[in-house]
Amino acid sequence: MTQINQNKRRRRWHIAVFLAPAVLVYTAIMILPLFGTLQLSLFREVDQKQIFVGLDNFRILLGDPRWSDSFWNALWNNTWFFIIHMVVQNPLGILFAALLSSPRLRFSAFYRTAIFIPTVLSFVIVGFAWKLILSPLWGIAPDLMNMVGLKSFFEPWLGKPEYALTTLGLISVWQFIGIPMMLIYAALLTIPDEVLEAAECDGITGMRQFWKIKLPLILPAIGIISILTFVGNFNAFDLIYTTQGGLAGPNYATDILGTFLHRTFFGFQLQIGDPHMGSTIASLMFFIILIGVSIYLFGIQTRLRRYQF
Amino acid sequence: MNKTSSSLPRSIAAHAILATYTVIALFPVVIIIINSFKSRKAIFRSPLSLPDESSFSLIGYETVLKQGDFFLYFQNSLIVTVASLAFVLLFGAMAAFALSEYRFRGNMLMGLYLALGIMIPIRLGTVAILKLMVAGGLVNTLTALVLVYTAQGLPLAIFILSEFMRQLSADLKDAGRIDGLSEYRIFIRLVLPLVRPAMATVAVFTMIPIWNDLWFPLILAPAEETKTITLGAQVFIGQFVTNWNAVLAALSLAILPVLVLYVIFSRQLIRGITAGAVK
Repeated sequence: MTQINQNKRRRRWHIAVFLAPAVLVYTAIMILPLFGTLQLSLFREVDQKQIFVGLDNFRILLGDPRWSDSFWNALWNNTWFFIIHMVVQNPLGILFAALLSSPRLRFSAFYRTAIFIPTVLSFVIVGFAWKLILSPLWGIAPDLMNMVGLKSFFEPWLGKPEYALTTLGLISVWQFIGIPMMLIYAALLTIPDEVLEAAECDGITGMRQFWKIKLPLILPAIGIISILTFVGNFNAFDLIYTTQGGLAGPNYATDILGTFLHRTFFGFQLQIGDPHMGSTIASLMFFIILIGVSIYLFGIQTRLRRYQF
Repeated sequence: MNKTSSSLPRSIAAHAILATYTVIALFPVVIIIINSFKSRKAIFRSPLSLPDESSFSLIGYETVLKQGDFFLYFQNSLIVTVASLAFVLLFGAMAAFALSEYRFRGNMLMGLYLALGIMIPIRLGTVAILKLMVAGGLVNTLTALVLVYTAQGLPLAIFILSEFMRQLSADLKDAGRIDGLSEYRIFIRLVLPLVRPAMATVAVFTMIPIWNDLWFPLILAPAEETKTITLGAQVFIGQFVTNWNAVLAALSLAILPVLVLYVIFSRQLIRGITAGAVK
């Protein structure tokens, strides 16, 4: 008995040694700053002194027109950005995955690799590349549209408030479509052959097989790509900062929460940076993401589990 | 339903859709690279054609190499990425081993705690992270970036590696224990070599966002001597907007290393994604 106890005690030290570095770095750089940010949002700087103001910063951000207009604008833009991804990126990703997963398709490895390439490029490359291509100065986009007779439809999309955000959303879709495609592709590969053979015996093939058999079985993967898209979109910043600059122009038409946070925290041109309002925005982003993740974990994922093998 | 009769049109349709999208996916990258080798006139006169004898020019690359300190930026990115990756892999594997190998009180809770960071982005703590780095005198150092990226990469690394380590057979480790190997040796000698494929997957997943990140270099290390290649390209292109040769060359220089790495590791990456989902 004492032997076992001793063993156990000796083991405990190993566990601590193995866990310590990861837990320390993770706690110090990630968890504590997260709570630090939440805490900072409850204070305000007055005469170079921090005073506790409770939830007043949140009241200002959500209710005072000087701030709330920008906030609701950014939140709505961010929601639209997310909707574009959900409506364009994920269905297209599922379509490509379904096509790629058919067993006798040739060159599927090539398609897979090529479609995934934009995903590994940085936002800076993607942003500037598209900015050049869509630029009326260079004329690649109007030339190409001319070839198919659509030249009259060309607009400097990134420069027009009514199109800029949608254009950026589509550029982001272009960049990230590889992720849903690969995850759905992986999920489709895990469907056991017996299930598909049984379906074929019952005469369910082709499109009907996809809708009736495969789609219900890959719902958990669709849930995962949806939540990944959600977290990624409500945390996006780089693409818009790269193409439209810190002011998220034209006239804040492409301002999303990430760029709003950056501008508030650091200031831009005439505006002075405000860490406390910045923290307030970051805290709201935290709650938005937390709500989304909770809905997924408790509302969607538990219900989807049933379908898994 | 007659399968053979419907399969030909269907596969033609599949190829048509996939090939069209492949062109869309590659077109911007190709157009940037071919135009970076052309003279300014040719870039505007015939943007879609390949560079030929009369239009070939390296003027853009010359400007970039003269004006921007791209070798330094590249070196910074390399140091930050490699160091963060090493820490993520080492600390991640150690923690994953502790979670998957031993039963102790709080094991589940610790696992959940470490998994939180998969869903909650580290960016939201930026305000306090900057405060912390200022207090620690780490602003404008590569150390600050390495610390942040290590923390950012750990949750997913621990999650994937512990899933993988749970599948290792207990017999081997028990045999090691009977032979008198310490727990540390079992980890280093027996477990690490066996999880190498999973480590490679984690490495690719960790590397791409670190290399491409703009947010933290912009906030924590914007000084000239600590700029990463992503931030360096951003600033350089911002300054040279009207010099199309230079912009295109800078973009091509930024694309190339990523593209080469991707072509080398794409198999690993794709296998990693597919294996991760199988479970």
